[in-house]
Amino acid sequence: MSEERSGANILVESLVKQGVEFVFGYPGGAVLPIYDALFGEERIRHILVRHEAGAAHAAEGYARSTGKPGVVLVTSGPGATNAVTGIADAFLDSIPLVVITGQVPTALIGSDAFQEADTVGISRHCTKHNYLVKDPADLAAIVDEAFQIATTGRPGPVLIDIPKDVQIAMAAWHGGPAQRRQRYAPRTQGAIEEIEDAVAMIAAAKAPVFYTGGGVINSGPRATALLRELQAKTGAPVTSTLMGLGAFPADSTDWLGMLGMHGTYEANMTMNQSDLIICVGARFDDRVTGRLDAFAPNSKKIHIDIDRSSINKTVPVDLPIIGDCAEVLQQILDVWGDRKPQDLTAWKDRIDTWRQKKSLSFPDNRDAIMPQLAIQRLFALTKPKDPIISTEVGQHQMWAAQHFHFFSPNKWLTSGGLGTMGYGLPAAIGAQLGNPDSLVIDIAGDASIQMNIQELGTATQYRLPVKIFILNNEWMGMVRQWQELTYESRYSNSYSDSLPDFVKLAEAYGWKGIRITRESELDDGIQAMMDYPGPVIVDCCVHNEANCFPMIPSGASHTEMILYGDSVAGTMDDEAKALV
Amino acid sequence: MMHIKHEAEERHVLTVTVDNEAGILAKIAGLFTARGYNIDSLTVADITENHSVSRITIVTHGPPSQIDQIHAQLERLVPVHKVVDLTERGPFVQRELALIKVAGMGEKRVEALRIAGVFRAKPVDTSTSSFIFELTGAPDKIDTFVAIMRELGLVEVGRTGVVGMIRGAGEA
Repeated sequence: MSEERSGANILVESLVKQGVEFVFGYPGGAVLPIYDALFGEERIRHILVRHEAGAAHAAEGYARSTGKPGVVLVTSGPGATNAVTGIADAFLDSIPLVVITGQVPTALIGSDAFQEADTVGISRHCTKHNYLVKDPADLAAIVDEAFQIATTGRPGPVLIDIPKDVQIAMAAWHGGPAQRRQRYAPRTQGAIEEIEDAVAMIAAAKAPVFYTGGGVINSGPRATALLRELQAKTGAPVTSTLMGLGAFPADSTDWLGMLGMHGTYEANMTMNQSDLIICVGARFDDRVTGRLDAFAPNSKKIHIDIDRSSINKTVPVDLPIIGDCAEVLQQILDVWGDRKPQDLTAWKDRIDTWRQKKSLSFPDNRDAIMPQLAIQRLFALTKPKDPIISTEVGQHQMWAAQHFHFFSPNKWLTSGGLGTMGYGLPAAIGAQLGNPDSLVIDIAGDASIQMNIQELGTATQYRLPVKIFILNNEWMGMVRQWQELTYESRYSNSYSDSLPDFVKLAEAYGWKGIRITRESELDDGIQAMMDYPGPVIVDCCVHNEANCFPMIPSGASHTEMILYGDSVAGTMDDEAKALV
Repeated sequence: MMHIKHEAEERHVLTVTVDNEAGILAKIAGLFTARGYNIDSLTVADITENHSVSRITIVTHGPPSQIDQIHAQLERLVPVHKVVDLTERGPFVQRELALIKVAGMGEKRVEALRIAGVFRAKPVDTSTSSFIFELTGAPDKIDTFVAIMRELGLVEVGRTGVVGMIRGAGEA
């Protein structure tokens, strides 16, 4: 039975068919027909953000914490361009989003019409795929394909740009399965020879290490379970990228902590001295490898990745396996059978000597709260509630990665690839909607939190009990730290002048505000935050000049880490300064 | 002091089979600029009866690791069906078409026409003081012809860029 519906109506029905619970959006002229179709719609809940960047990040937080795609709806022109940062963020961190943008009517495209922007052009290189819809008859198939592309293979954002006339025009709607093209079919399993080679390499390794990334989380909970199973059978220690935290439990004796620029000494030394790196769903990012020609010089490398373009992009590998992490780990486990690994005692003894460095330790301070201590206490007190943590970007993010510990996937939401300040608050809002019974905390800095501070209103409107824990050091701390290390402490524009009173700001939005200024108030403040049933900002005033260590300075190798107590202030040569 | 370093580069000819949809050429050309790859030439036309599929031939140059990345990045685009690196795959034919306008009188005019005959370039337009030659061949043949014509009154050159195909009976 076929009937005629408007494009806007077909869109809404198509979203319902995809099982969409929430649409994060902001109305405007070019999406009014869609908003009208959503009026009184009870099958989809629209979450009104305060800025379109907030919509995209909230959808990311929802997606990352639930494993389901996030959906964004914004208007043409500024609505779309404001969302671009979040789309680019999702592209670099492989987060499944479907972004619907309104466009000026087809006849006005290209005429510099009011609120016109070339959204398809602007988003071309920060989406996995994008569409300009020219006929409402194509819409059902496009939405269906968009969800498939966003959620399969290497996940990512897909954008659908819909001109206003296409939203209003009528087309046949039959309610049955959409007749979409069958053209996107990513490879998910490795070839059997590759799997056999991988098993032989792992079985022969005397100093192996698992280097895992966001791909394990994206692949789903099965990948996490299989990683743990394979690790138990092979005994190899595990390190993870920022994006992969939670795939392997942080209380395991074989957990090394995060690797890379602010990773632990033991993780980076283990990578450097290993004879085999088993990379699962990570991409040898520059924040991980440090100086490329000194990266793990004596190791063979197996690289499991669903995206062929990640293979050999920066680091040449010995055995690439293109496939989904869960599928390939299952294949390896099947071939592994009852094999026994090499005796790794000597290797683990060496790793223990690196652990003795206690690279995450930091000095006591009587006068001010050390930010690392604040994170440690936050972790200790909230651990029984198994919280979801989002972050902004900067020192606080790295301290959270180092001192908060994760035991299961989808609990850690952070902007890794793009490094977007302002990600954490909207991401926490999205995560809270997807996980209404969870404790969701945005660990923030005083500078980052101001980048999407307007989203306080969104949490108030939907009665979301999200918590913001600000490590307030009155600086853009990471910028200040780099200026101290590489520009002889010339602190150019990194001081957070004219900070708002965060407690009063919280109260202005109907939140609770708590200020912590002394170590003795820390536990009570955190407890009060947890006990309050609504949203809370904790303004935790910490030591202003604490630095984030350990650190591999730019242009240095894994063996050249700076630890607390090393002399660091100074400058660098131009080659090092030129690196990001 | 820091200086920019350069790596040894190779020339590669790639053919890319794509869905013939709006924006696909911008997607591919934009991928090259966004990631800092080089395009020496790019040709595109649809090749199926119903105009649904196009074939793009791209000539690029770069270090071998970058050529491999270009291949992988192209394959990552949803509308791309197939990417073949002809240079990698083995002996292949490459041809391009050029139109070359030469103006002159007397001995130079006669010499231009004589050399055109040697290169099997066809005059497709003639006035009393000029020729337009049409020449098809591998790029270096066209380069050579154009270089000679430069001395004989070259006015203008138009080239299509390379189209390539693998030799032998099989499809690439």
